[in-house]
This record gives sequence, structure tokens and C-alpha cells, in this order.
Amino acid sequence: MSTSRQADSAAGGRLRAPLFFALMAALIVLEGMTSGWNSALGILNMGLLSAIMALGVNMQWGYAGLFNAGAMGFVALGGLAPVLISMPPTQGAFKAGGFGILAAFAVAAIAVLGAVWLYRNLRGKLRGLAVTGVLIVGFFAYRWLFDPAVEVIEAINPSAAGNLGGLGLPTLVSWPVGALLAACAAWLVGKIALGLRSDYLAIATLGIAEIVVAVLKNEQWLDRGVLNVNGIPRPWPVPYEIDLQNSHAFVAKMQAWGIDPTLGSTITVKLAFLLLFVIVIFALIWLTEMSLRSPWGRMMRAIRDNEVSAAAMGKNVTRRHLQIFVLGSAVIGLAGAMMISLDGQMTPSSYNPLRYTFIVLVMVIVGGSGSNWGSILGGVLIWYVWVKAGDWGPDIMALLASPFPAGPFKEHMIDSAAHMRMLVMGIILLGVLRFSPRGLLPEK
Amino acid sequence: MEFLNALVAITNYVIIPATAYGAQLALGALGVTLVYSILRFSNFAHGDTMAFGTGVVILITWGFQAMGISFGPLPTALLALPFGIVVTSALMLGTDKVVYQYYRKVKAAPVVMVMVSVGVMFIMNALTRFLIGVDQINFADGARFVINARQWREMTGMSEPLTLRSTQVITVVTAILVVWALFWFLGRTRTGKSMRAFSDNEDLALLSGIDPNRVVAVTWIITGALATIAGTLYGLDKSFKAFTYFQLLLPIFASAIVGGIGNPVGAIAGGFVISFSEVGLTYAWKKVVTYLIPNWEPDGLVQLLSTDYKYAVSFTILILVLIFKPTGLFKGKIV
Repeated sequence: MSTSRQADSAAGGRLRAPLFFALMAALIVLEGMTSGWNSALGILNMGLLSAIMALGVNMQWGYAGLFNAGAMGFVALGGLAPVLISMPPTQGAFKAGGFGILAAFAVAAIAVLGAVWLYRNLRGKLRGLAVTGVLIVGFFAYRWLFDPAVEVIEAINPSAAGNLGGLGLPTLVSWPVGALLAACAAWLVGKIALGLRSDYLAIATLGIAEIVVAVLKNEQWLDRGVLNVNGIPRPWPVPYEIDLQNSHAFVAKMQAWGIDPTLGSTITVKLAFLLLFVIVIFALIWLTEMSLRSPWGRMMRAIRDNEVSAAAMGKNVTRRHLQIFVLGSAVIGLAGAMMISLDGQMTPSSYNPLRYTFIVLVMVIVGGSGSNWGSILGGVLIWYVWVKAGDWGPDIMALLASPFPAGPFKEHMIDSAAHMRMLVMGIILLGVLRFSPRGLLPEK
Repeated sequence: MEFLNALVAITNYVIIPATAYGAQLALGALGVTLVYSILRFSNFAHGDTMAFGTGVVILITWGFQAMGISFGPLPTALLALPFGIVVTSALMLGTDKVVYQYYRKVKAAPVVMVMVSVGVMFIMNALTRFLIGVDQINFADGARFVINARQWREMTGMSEPLTLRSTQVITVVTAILVVWALFWFLGRTRTGKSMRAFSDNEDLALLSGIDPNRVVAVTWIITGALATIAGTLYGLDKSFKAFTYFQLLLPIFASAIVGGIGNPVGAIAGGFVISFSEVGLTYAWKKVVTYLIPNWEPDGLVQLLSTDYKYAVSFTILILVLIFKPTGLFKGKIV
């Protein structure tokens, strides 16, 4: 019995991945034929970005068993990079307040480092007093430098700018910078929370995510806060719709193919983004698969499967955990930066923990913990379900509510359909964890 | 006189609100810490459980109000509270049967249990929104103030106002009663003692004939009750909004860890540490400073941290505890 089942799953194993990906492609094509290619490509592009986030979370959860409850924070931090790197600088902002802000940060860093140094080198009662004193003085010095600088910057052309602006570099440069920003934050959190109880990391990441989003919402000098940054430049090969529509060659070509030029231009833009995303995904998959097959990958699996024995073999478990946590967060940050370039705007109030943290976990679990291709499949599939559950929810609810007489109860039922997707996600997550804990494409 | 004014201002803007908020956090943290010590995982669904329980209480309150039943000067929600507790605890027991029981049987790793609780969180989240929607709801009725600003002025003749809202008094009184009942239950009753034994050493407890299913069931009932009470008190004091309750998860976890996770006394202490730091650091001290230091008017608000960053306070305290005392103020479990 057991041998024949193993044989079955081995035969299914070879066909499993292509089959699921073919199913996924069929769903996207179906969407294209029923609701138009703009919608289908839109879902696919966001799905692939979610897949990159899932790849990052999978590195943490799947390779090492680390629970990151703050993917949203790293997505948001990555998203800051296009604003700071590829937006044009605000005229005079840096000169007016930039140095003040840099000086304030320098003071803060010196105060923190000084406090750490004092803590390590002093003993007894003096230590507590000295550390507290340095931190308090540092805090007031920081505020004394920081507040006037912020006031000056936010006063510059507040209706359109009021922030520092960016460096005006190409957008593609901002993607790795987004990864770097997320990696730095991850190092800080990981350094403190790793090596303690396993769910302390989850709670610490939950906190850092809330704080990152609070900073993005409130620090106007940085990213205009809730006023949003619009018109973030697109990455290099992606054209603008309006340029395509004004190009005679493009219009002539579209007309020759019998496609409306406006529709053609939006689809061309989406395809260009798609191409970029696919390149990034293949690069990431190649890197991760190579590293998983290397001795390093074997070590990571050994640590995940049995921390005690890996530690007994002389592996520094906490250090490895920190390493993988930082790498995974960098991938999540990369996806965050790419998402802002795709949207062309930074809207800090749109970061929602359910969408950017917990759905990504569902993607990883459904795809198969530890399986990179599984994360890609899970990313696109779950994003598709998420979008579609939003579309179908009202229809299903209307059907369910049809026997009831019109009135407040029926209205309430139809209004609440929007929350259907949460229920669907919960059921999918619990169902997969219970009945198929290895996911759709299990790790080999 | 100036000194007294400063004292009144501090009481009015810091001590009273922070005490009420601390009591709410403490009740929330007690629920988290209880699940942690008996079932051995961090329950991410706790915030949404609080939201669900409060949602049920609000619906029943509306029902009572429609029937013309009121609780005199007290909020009608207090009458609805027992019913909300029954519904929420029943849901907890059902969730355990359908979801958590299986993972206990296969002895899943704690971090898998945390992931499972995320799934439960999604479902609770949807249930709450189906039930009551996403809007902000104010459901406090009855007398609004125990002492309002005018009464205070007539009583004392001081220019600095002091108000004491009835919801703040109700929060603190209820919290004291609940905590007393919980400690009496854990310390004096047979079931409570078996729960503590189970928490200390599961194997030994099983060997001595304690029924694990009973312990787990009682734990979920108490957790449901604590979550409903904490959520309702928070909603009465501020207002109900489903998403706010999810965000309460961070200060609640921080309270539980600061006090020492798994330790009920610690959870209560942690709640007050977090609430006093949060309110104290985000309060604009300008008024107090002008009273205390004569002839000096500060330029700014003398606010150390903008209220938008109140979650940063919980986080920073959490980080400090993790660095310097990972077991918490009162020795908690560390696994």
C-alpha cells in the first residue's frame, strides 16, 4: 500500500509542477478572454510581485522556520527606495534642511553608540545613570536639530512637494536599494529577537511593520506622508502610454494588427513590466535553487529540521537564522520597491497587514513551505483568488440573499460580501495546514 | 497652588486615562498569557477575538435598547456582556474542536500553532465584519461623567479642570473584579489548580490524572470571557472599530512579554507599564511645565513623541525587555 502510494506521488511529482503552472496559465488566459487582457495582465503582474514577496517569506519560513509577521514593513520600506532614489530632488530642500536632518541622525547614532559603549564598559549604579543621561541628552539634541530642519523642508512648495525629494537616479537603481533598506531593518530586528523564543521574532516583526508604516504616514519631509508621492518614474525599458499613442510608428503597427492603439499602449506597458518581473523572478529562482543545493542549503535544512543536532555539529544556529532572515527580508524589500515603480505612486495609507503580511504567508503555505517554485505558484494563484473573491463575493452573496425579502437584513448581507475574501483566505490557510501541510508543490 | 494645578493636570491627562487603558491591556494580556501557558503558543487571533466578542456585545446592546431595557446610569453593554461572553466562549470551544485539537494530537511545533492561529485570525476577522461591519461604533450610554469639569470647579474652585468619565471607573472596577475572580479560580478551585499544574509540567499533570481536555476547554472559556470583557471595556472607553482591535495585538503582546509571558501577575503589571509609558510619552507636557516652572513659556508642545507613534512605545519597551531581561519583569516561561 505505502509503496504504491509513494510510486504514485513520484509519478505525480514529475508532472505536478507543470500541471499546476498550466492550470494557472489557463486561469489567466480565461480572465483575458472574459474580462479583457488589461485585467488579466494586471492580475498577473501583481501576482508575480506577490510571488517575489512569497519567495522572500519562504526563505524565512520554508528554509529556516522563522515566522515573520511583519512582511508589510519590509514591503513598505522597500517602497521608500523609488521615492528617495528616482524622484527628482525638490529644489532647495536639501540645502535648507537636508544637512540639519543628517546632523540630527548623526547625533542620534552617536548617542545610541555612546550608550552601548558606556553600557559595556561601566559597572554598577554609575552605568544606569550614565546610559540614561546620554540617551536623554542625545534625544533632546536630536529634536533640537531635527524639528527646525523638518519645518523648513515641509514649508517648501507644500502643495506639490514639501519633502526632500529623491536623487533623480534611474528607477532600476532603486530596486536593489529597496532590498538594502529592508535588509538593514531586518538585521536590527533579527539581531535582537533571534535566538530567543521562536515567536518573539513574530511579535517583534509585527511591531517594526507598524512603526515603518507609521513613519511613512507621518514624516512628510521624507515621503509627503498621507499626501502621497505621485509620478514616480518608470524603470528603464517601460514606455509611457501617452508616448506610445503619440508615436506614429506604434499607432500604424497597432492598426495593422487590428488593435485599438489606446488599448494596445496599455497592454504594451503591462507586458514590458511583465518582462522585467519575469527576469527578476528567474534570477531569484536561479540564485535560491543554487544556494539550496550548495552545502549552505544543506546546512540550513539541517538547522531547520533539528536545531539541537545542528548546534551540536558546531553550526551557529542564531547566526544562520540572522543571515537567512536578512536575505529573505531583502527579497521582500525588492518586491516592495518594484511594486511602487509599477504603481507609479507611493500611498502609505494603503499598506495593510492583512494584504501584505498575512496573505503572503498564505501564499507560501499553499505553494509549499520550502519550495521556491511553490512560492511562485502560490503567489500568483492566491493573488488571483484574492482578486476574484472580491469580484465574486457580491454575486454569491446576492444569490444567497435572494430568498430574503428586501430590507435592512438583505442589505447587510450584500454589504458584508466585501469581507468574503478574508473568510476564503482563512479557510484556504487552515485547510492546507490541516490536510496538505506540504502544500501544492512540496519541497523535494 | 501652581503645583496643585500641575498635579491635577497630570492626573487628568495621564494618570486616569493610562489607568483605564492599562486595565484594558492587562485583561487582554491575561488572555494571551493564559493561552500561552496552557496551550503553549502565541495566539495571533486574540485581537480579533476581542473584536468578535465586542461585536456580539454591541448587537445584544442594540437589541436591549430596542426593547427599552436599560441599566440605569450604567451602560447597557454591561447587561449584554454575559451573553457576549457565552457566545464568544462557545466560538472558542468550537474553534478548538475544529482547528486546534488536531495539532495538539500530532504535537505540532509551537510556531506551526502560531501559523494556525493566523488562519483562525482571518476567519474571526471575516466573522466580525459580517456581524458588525468595519465602521466606528459608539455604544456607550448611561451617565457620561462621574465628575465633569464644572462639578470639579464647584467642588474645589481650581481653574485646572479634572474629569472622570464613568467608563473609566467602570473599566477599573470591572478589571479588579475580573482579576480577583480569576486569581481566586486559579488558586482556590480544583480546576484552577489543575490548570496551574498543567501549565507547570504537562507530563506530571497527566500522570496525576488531570484530564487535559477539561483543562483546555476551561482555558478557552476563560480566554473567550477575558477577550470579550477587555474588548467591551476598550470599546466603551474609546469606541469600537474592528481594525483597531487587530492593532491592539502589539501592545497586548508587549504587556504579556514585559511582565513575563505565562505569568498572570506579570501580564497585569506589563499592561500598566505599557499604558503609562505610552500615555506619558505621547502627552504634551506644556501645561504641566508652565505650572511648574514659573515665568517660562516653552515654544513647542513639549511632547516627546507624536501620538501617531504610540505603537513605537510598546515596541521599544518590548525590545528593551528582550535585550536585558528576556524572561520579563516577573519570571515567565522561556522555551
